[in-house]
Amino acid sequence: MRNRVVLALCLAMFLGESAFASKKNAEQGRQFFKQIPKDQRIPQALNRLTFGPRPGDARQVKAIGLKKWIDLQLHPERIPENPLLDAKLKTLDTLNMSGSEMVRKGMVRKLVARDLAEGKLLRAIYSNRQLDQVLDDFWFNHFNIFLDKGADRFMVTEYERGVIRPRVLGKFRDLLEATAKSPAMLFYLDNWQSVGPNAPQPRGRKGSRGLNENYGRELLELHTLGVDGGYTQQDVTEAARCFTGWTIDQPQSGGTFVFNKRVHDDGDKVFLGVKIPAGGGESDGEKVLDIVARHPSTAHFISRKLAMRFVADNPPSSLVDRMAQTFLNTDGDLREVMLTMLKSKEFWSEGAYRSKMKSPLEMVASAVRALNGDVDSAFSLVNQVAQLGQPLYRKQEPTGYSNASQEWVNAGGLLARMNFALHLAGNHVPGVKVDAAKAAKPDDPTAGIGLGSPEFQKH
Amino acid sequence: MSTRRIFLRNSALAMVGVGTAPLWLKRALYAADGPLQRQKILVAIFQRGAADGLNVVVPHGEKAYYNLRPTIAIPRPTVDADKRQDAAIDPDAAIDLDGFFGLHPSLAPLKPLFDRQQLAIVDAVGSPDPTRSHFDAQDYMESGTPGLKATGDGWMNRALPKAQGKVSPVRAVSLGPVLPRAMRGAQPAIALQSIDGFQVRNAEAARQFQQMYTDARDPVLRATGRETFEAVGMLQSIQKQAYKPAAGAEYPRGRFGDSLRQIAQLIKSDVGVEMAFADIGGWDHHVNELGASASQGPLANLLREYGQALAAFWQDMGDRMQDVVVVTMSEFGRTAQENGNRGTDHGHANSMFVMGGGVKGGKVYGQWPGLEKEQLYEGRDLALTTDFRDVLGELVARHIGMPSVKGVFPGYDPKFLGLV
Repeated sequence: MRNRVVLALCLAMFLGESAFASKKNAEQGRQFFKQIPKDQRIPQALNRLTFGPRPGDARQVKAIGLKKWIDLQLHPERIPENPLLDAKLKTLDTLNMSGSEMVRKGMVRKLVARDLAEGKLLRAIYSNRQLDQVLDDFWFNHFNIFLDKGADRFMVTEYERGVIRPRVLGKFRDLLEATAKSPAMLFYLDNWQSVGPNAPQPRGRKGSRGLNENYGRELLELHTLGVDGGYTQQDVTEAARCFTGWTIDQPQSGGTFVFNKRVHDDGDKVFLGVKIPAGGGESDGEKVLDIVARHPSTAHFISRKLAMRFVADNPPSSLVDRMAQTFLNTDGDLREVMLTMLKSKEFWSEGAYRSKMKSPLEMVASAVRALNGDVDSAFSLVNQVAQLGQPLYRKQEPTGYSNASQEWVNAGGLLARMNFALHLAGNHVPGVKVDAAKAAKPDDPTAGIGLGSPEFQKH
Repeated sequence: MSTRRIFLRNSALAMVGVGTAPLWLKRALYAADGPLQRQKILVAIFQRGAADGLNVVVPHGEKAYYNLRPTIAIPRPTVDADKRQDAAIDPDAAIDLDGFFGLHPSLAPLKPLFDRQQLAIVDAVGSPDPTRSHFDAQDYMESGTPGLKATGDGWMNRALPKAQGKVSPVRAVSLGPVLPRAMRGAQPAIALQSIDGFQVRNAEAARQFQQMYTDARDPVLRATGRETFEAVGMLQSIQKQAYKPAAGAEYPRGRFGDSLRQIAQLIKSDVGVEMAFADIGGWDHHVNELGASASQGPLANLLREYGQALAAFWQDMGDRMQDVVVVTMSEFGRTAQENGNRGTDHGHANSMFVMGGGVKGGKVYGQWPGLEKEQLYEGRDLALTTDFRDVLGELVARHIGMPSVKGVFPGYDPKFLGLV
């Protein structure tokens, strides 16, 4: 009886809420079909596809033509890189090192972390291949690794450079496999230690080693299907069994991927209803990747996440469905998925325009770009981004940072943004010089106030 | 009398808004409704990453525990609870609580609180939702509605008593760079990383910013801006004082210790805090949870920081603990059996701590479900016998004094355990 009352109550609440929600959604929905005026199209493109416009950027896009400019951004290899950026990146020694080289040369974690974070800011501020940088940040965050987890400190640099960066406009399946086989991910989500039941047991230690389901779970929940993508605990365990033996050779000195047949669980598996027969060895894991990379849930999950970054916090399902369809039709071609989004009415709509709160990285980079800042050292900017709540390469959880606007709206965060704006425009951020003419009167303590304004926090 | 009080409140609030009101006036103002009855305060702590409850509150009287964890079980206590006075505690064994449960040795600083009956433990508690996703489980626990993703606000926000007129702008405060899900909602709530940093460095700029945010087109930024500047005005007066914890309390270094120290400072400054929140991450121990002994390794180190911070807070607060309840939670527990790498994977039920002057402590609450195979949830995890909303609901009702918790935990009728 009591259960029934509770149930009725829940139902009433649910119906009440959904009626309200649907009215609100309908109104929001209409906003996505109202097109922005023509003169807002270039600002919209610059806001969303770059780390914020610099003075003169809008004029330049106009000169090239918006369509052509977008096409170029989708083919970053056709854009000559800013020589200033290359020169600045050269000073960050560890960015081009392999993990083993770092170990050999006795690099310390602090330096590696600093080079990575400074490199990210310099690229965000100076790169001519802006969309490439935005996507690099997006996909690194999607396949997040925590730099402070043990041996990962010597793996993250190679991971971003060799695994993420070359594939952000390629096929999702390739990107997924590259992450799955990267020492950085194998270490971060513990798969390198996960072994099957017949694995030889180490001598002289009590207890035994066996299965670890950390990677199997996050692969499904965070990298591919999404938490509501239709898998069970059993699927998590089966996926983990398939990946046993995917491990790291020499993890303490950078490491390389290796398949260790001796520790692989070679029995039958059934993953998402698909039978994976015994004896498959390394290909078991590849089959799992095949299944999830081409799964409709993955197409939808990835499309929605991209639309949340580039269009709106609650992107209309009409758009997400079309992106997902492109994903499925093109075997997960990420450039095509982006193109579907960029050609959509929704991207150029009132519902999208200036609707997103900037993340700390986006805020800091866009402020420096807006003032045409000259960055000698990005170290202080790195600290600023951390203070605003987004320490780069140091998100411990595999979820990565949220891209939802509400995540970044709070009292302490807003005050920190205001103070940063004043510091930057007042030329008080060490290592950064901004164009004084842009920053209003010299010695004006309120210079830069625009960068702390509500409008500037959005893009 | 009441007219005068209203007048006092309105004019004083105008001053609070621009940050010129002296501290005594603010205190008088927010205490105006009952100077003798001090505000009750609830502090919630979230252990993000799913703490291994079975190695935090150790069921040392359960044989199956030792069978399931051949390499990472916490050894049985060498001294039982009754004889604790006459023998030294083994630093590598569980600290006995009641002959069946014991604390992880790193939590030794909390044992005196348990003995003085100011710390209660609830075991086999958690969210009934079966998810083993960190993200979803945290979300459900913070929204207070397991299984419902559409809930927009958090349980702490809903648990704030309806404002009678104007209330303190810092009545709900979270320490950290983002406002946690538990505190989001219609009632103002602020996030801050440090009390000292909570200001605009230049007064003229502050004035202009305040105007800009008042005029903001975006309703969320407008509202948050207003809350922010009201809170800035409130905290200005305590920023200038160097804070010294009382009774020689020593908070551990690190973000969690800093958070609790600042919550103590805010409470003791009488600026009107009613709800506070802090979190501590790093509990996702899939690998080598324990070092060479129970008092070493990642779990032991984290628990040391955690226990020291809670104990320091208790010591620092002194008599004020009469008004305060601290409650801890983590999104789910971990597998009863250790995994293949001396760690544990995602599980189900966990434990919660409830600490405060008015807490009926010195006891482990909840029904122990056992750890035999058939007693485990889905054959692998500690089963759940108490819903986390039973604990939180009781605190909201009996400690905060909310007449009904229906709105706080919709669709659920909490069963009180008698914790307070």
